[in-house]
Amino acid sequence: MMTGFGATVARAGRRLLSSLPALFGVLVFTFLLMRVLPGDPAVFFASGPNAGKEEIEQIRKQMGLDKSVPEQLVFYLSDIGRGNLGRSMMTGQPVLKDLRERLPASLELTFTALLIALIAAVPLGVVAALKPGSLVDHGVRLFCALGVCVPTFVSGLLLIYVFYYLLGLAPDPTGRIDVFTSLPPQRTGFLSIDFLLAGDIEGWWAACKQLILPAVSMALFVIAPLARITRASMLVSLGSDFVRTARSVGLSWQKVVVTYALRNAILPVITIAGIVFSTMLGANVLVEKVFSWPGVASYALDALLSSDYAPVQGFVLLMASLFVMVNLVVDICYGIADPRVSIG
Amino acid sequence: MSEQLLRIDDLHVAFSTRRGTVEAVRGVTLTVEAGEMLGLVGESGSGKSVTGFATTRLLDAAGRVTGGKILFRGQDVTKLRGDDLRHLQGAAMSMIFQNPRAALNPIRAIGLQIADAILTRKRISKDAARAEALELLRAVQIRDPETRMNAYPHELSGGMCQRVMIAIAISCNPALLIADEPTTGLDVTTQKVVMDLVAEISAARGMATILITHDLGLAARYCRRIAVMERGRIVEEASPRTLFSSPQHAYTRRLVAASPTATSRIEDLVTEEERERHAAVVSRPRQELAHGTPPLLEVRKLAKRFDQGAAAVADFSMTMTGGESVGLVGESGSGKSTTSRMICRLIDPSEGEIVFDGQSIGHVASRDFHRSRFRKDIQMVFQDPNESLNPRFTAFDCIAHPLMRLDRIRAGRELRQRVEECAERVGLPLDLLPRFPHQLSGGQKARVGIARAIACRPRLLVLDEPTAALDVSVQAVVLQLLDRLRRENDIALLFVSHDLNVVRMLCDRTIVLRNGGIVEQGESRALFDNPKTDYTRKLVEAIPHIETGPMLAAAL
Repeated sequence: MMTGFGATVARAGRRLLSSLPALFGVLVFTFLLMRVLPGDPAVFFASGPNAGKEEIEQIRKQMGLDKSVPEQLVFYLSDIGRGNLGRSMMTGQPVLKDLRERLPASLELTFTALLIALIAAVPLGVVAALKPGSLVDHGVRLFCALGVCVPTFVSGLLLIYVFYYLLGLAPDPTGRIDVFTSLPPQRTGFLSIDFLLAGDIEGWWAACKQLILPAVSMALFVIAPLARITRASMLVSLGSDFVRTARSVGLSWQKVVVTYALRNAILPVITIAGIVFSTMLGANVLVEKVFSWPGVASYALDALLSSDYAPVQGFVLLMASLFVMVNLVVDICYGIADPRVSIG
Repeated sequence: MSEQLLRIDDLHVAFSTRRGTVEAVRGVTLTVEAGEMLGLVGESGSGKSVTGFATTRLLDAAGRVTGGKILFRGQDVTKLRGDDLRHLQGAAMSMIFQNPRAALNPIRAIGLQIADAILTRKRISKDAARAEALELLRAVQIRDPETRMNAYPHELSGGMCQRVMIAIAISCNPALLIADEPTTGLDVTTQKVVMDLVAEISAARGMATILITHDLGLAARYCRRIAVMERGRIVEEASPRTLFSSPQHAYTRRLVAASPTATSRIEDLVTEEERERHAAVVSRPRQELAHGTPPLLEVRKLAKRFDQGAAAVADFSMTMTGGESVGLVGESGSGKSTTSRMICRLIDPSEGEIVFDGQSIGHVASRDFHRSRFRKDIQMVFQDPNESLNPRFTAFDCIAHPLMRLDRIRAGRELRQRVEECAERVGLPLDLLPRFPHQLSGGQKARVGIARAIACRPRLLVLDEPTAALDVSVQAVVLQLLDRLRRENDIALLFVSHDLNVVRMLCDRTIVLRNGGIVEQGESRALFDNPKTDYTRKLVEAIPHIETGPMLAAAL
């Protein structure tokens, strides 16, 4: 058992090392991309439309934009090396501080959405696979198709319309917490957890109510791939020789489906869930906008629109690192779930 | 007559497929007595496995029993539902399968899997079930059972996995065990050990066994009664002795003839009319080589080491002359496939020299060897005719591909002529050329694979288990074809196989490999009749021979 764990850790370490060149590539690429995009940040951040040439020139110098691109790159890289992601012109704060404030909001939303999606998708996929071609199977397929073809912002708005405007069940969709609730002392940055740690059940409930609609609208979008992959791999699993063996000795239906078929079928779902999570993190800008959620994606979008280089570069670096981390976690999970992996 | 345990009465099973209903079993009637071992023999598609699955109620969703009865202790199995059915499965009858590794749950420790089976029957604690599982592992003679309890199937060899499978099958003392090709794909020595174990356990527990197999020799060795199936029907049922000495049905006669034995020659394997066609060639004696002719292939001190671990092949030397056939035999993992691939220049040797026709070719990197002028001269026929043909190429394209690549023949009349000539040489009807692999039978695919290999008129043909995936009757025809090609065109054959009977017939000389090294080599007949090493003797003795008669029957 110990050797298996050791092998997993070693493999994770190797993966982490091998991802460093990719991260560096992402850094340089984003930097260059920002430089070739049209728009002059100096003009944008000058005090007003009437700002004089000298003023713009001065801002440019202050931002270091008068230097050549390779020089700028070297400065940028050495800053990154010292853990300095630069300062946002928009908020006037260091990018690192901005990201640190907003990342938990995004993560909390994405985690919740993924959890909801998995809780819905896996049983749906299993039910569909148990009776392929049946009414249930077609129902699941229809539901998945609907989830995919309705864009997130549309489903988000629909949910707001129904649950906030018509039924009045949900609080107004304005951020992570309504203005009257006092924030708990920050520990993890995940409001639902911080409230629990502070023992404030009422606050926790308020935060959850705020969270549920955006999370559901995001989950709706990713239920489809997860349910489909569960169904497909469950079908393979149910048709496999070892399930036949399990049936041949008369194991109970539950044991055959859950212990034998599903545990094997869940392996590819883990991989897909990792990919889905990474995609959701970056792509949830629409949901964040619709629900005024103070996350990193909407922050990066605002920065991009105002040619604010540092936050965009910081955001991309953050996303790339998260992607690496998520893959690592998936790898470790896979290693634990499948004893065959540590061999290869 | 003792107690009748199972009676199958006019059983019909149909499968609904895209192309309509297919009748797999069409009126099977047979009985099994308590404690008896019955052999159910037939080639692929004969419905023998389907009969087994219908009996244990494990048919796919597409399969349906459309008629007849399966009476187990007087109770109709086909009508059981729910708990009655679950009581039947495992407790009353159980099954072991072909491909034991796939038949075990890959992510569950084997001890748990055995305990699962025990716990469905008995209301005992998990620890008690575990202790019982350990006992079963001992019963199936697994060494070091305490540690093996926590092993996963991928950590065990195929033979070990089959023993675990047997442990699961016998965990609840069934009255009937159905063994569906239990040793197909295992080495001959492992095959013998596993079958001996099955026979021993059945005898000790008074368990009746149905042995489903395509191997007449195997059935003859262990069963007192054999039922032969063809296209969903039982065509003959007799004791092995009667079956082999005086087969009644035409199909049985063909099957018996095609099953290679210790003394059979390639000519004996096929029926009269097949033999006539090429009689002239077969009877032509091989021309003696002039003295001092340089060998076609000379391999010196060949070795291959993969990334980590011990050498897969070490210090392998051999020579071959033109038109000679050499067999390379050994158990799985003995390095025979690795060696053949190095000689084919599909992988690079770590050390040693390969000299072909006086030229050293060992140093040419395998990825560049396709440009060498010797690529045409050394061709390969692969094991699985299904996997080794491109599914999007027609038979014509498959054969034409090497001609276009290596002989630089452009598409046109000449190419068509050459392809048709190849097809004729391997006996592939020309109207099959436009077909895709999935539209061809196993034997036809094997012919396409051979036609592709001989298209560029090679001087050395390396065959990696070319008949392992084929039925015996098809194997007989393919072997004859290979032998004819060798005589007609003076192609040297390097024949890699674990089937010693086949090697004995086809090859002049045989090399026995073990753990990457040569154990013994020499003239085939002498080597098999008089093995010098224990290892070779063990291999030879493990072959199920038809002549030896049913061992158990004699003992009883």
